[in-house]
Amino acid sequence: MQPAAPLLPPADWRDFLALTKPRVMTLVVFTGLCGMLAAPVSINPVIGFTAILCIALGAGAAGALNQWYEADIDSQMRRTSGRPLPAGRMERQSALHFGVGLAVFSVLLMELAVNMAAAAILTISILFYVLVYTVWLKRRTPQNIVIGGAAGAFPPLIGWAAATGDIALLPLLLFALVFLWTPPHFWALALFVKTDYANAGVPMLPVVRGEAVTRTQIGLYTIPMALAAVLPWPLGLTGAIYGVTALVTTAVFALMAAQVATRRQVPGDTMKPEKRLFGYSILYLFIVFGALVADRWFA
Amino acid sequence: MTPGDRDLIRRRQRGRAIVMGLLLGALVVLVFAITIAKIRTGMA
Repeated sequence: MQPAAPLLPPADWRDFLALTKPRVMTLVVFTGLCGMLAAPVSINPVIGFTAILCIALGAGAAGALNQWYEADIDSQMRRTSGRPLPAGRMERQSALHFGVGLAVFSVLLMELAVNMAAAAILTISILFYVLVYTVWLKRRTPQNIVIGGAAGAFPPLIGWAAATGDIALLPLLLFALVFLWTPPHFWALALFVKTDYANAGVPMLPVVRGEAVTRTQIGLYTIPMALAAVLPWPLGLTGAIYGVTALVTTAVFALMAAQVATRRQVPGDTMKPEKRLFGYSILYLFIVFGALVADRWFA
Repeated sequence: MTPGDRDLIRRRQRGRAIVMGLLLGALVVLVFAITIAKIRTGMA
């Protein structure tokens, strides 16, 4: 007979909060909010707040289920070893129940309080992140974050659908922007935490195909990303406030990406350009989406 | 189980109960506000 596993004390509520990846949620909520505010119709503030709450809860649920499934990988990476499950502060089953419960609640609330279109896209985004990215792709292919990036690109669509009940060209371009932004963003990170991913057996591009290929891919993905960012202006979907902001900030992004794409790591390299691109890429998305709202309101 | 363990468990249970209570209270307020908003906008 095997000795019984030691019982853990009940997890602290802060651990449940950590399970939802609050920092990642910030960007998701912001892009969802901007998608909603950029829509050509006004939404009741209470319904709008509920829609954003549902996006946050859905993202939190997906994050919790991701951590439930990836506890073994997380325990092998320095960046994630302090999370509630790998650190042994929570039972796996609690994380699963929490994630599933939160996912179902967020979708139901979205359907009942907002509309069916937003609830349907929210469902797709949660399932995409959990099943397609986490379970299917992440451990199998270096293209994991390319296809999985779609999961993080849904919030502007959800926000727009919450306001209008429909999908249009502008939110589709915003989806494309976040989708194409994801590879340069994550591969810049993967370049300087390569050892962590290699130790955990995650087939990130720098681990599987090497540094040179990753740098080239960062440069290549930046080109369609830049197009998706700037295109709403010439297409007449936005005004000059968005257009000029997108043009300038995307040019800075492209310059940083070009620097990362053309350099090679040397012994004792601090990877400053890669860290700078990673940090700027987050700021970039905030600025571009913020400009979209400013354009809608002040133009 | 040591008295320290018991204290930790009680503390966590109390913390979770307080947070759950606050969340449920917030949910009641939210559902009320949604109902009023839907009635006002004629979406109900």
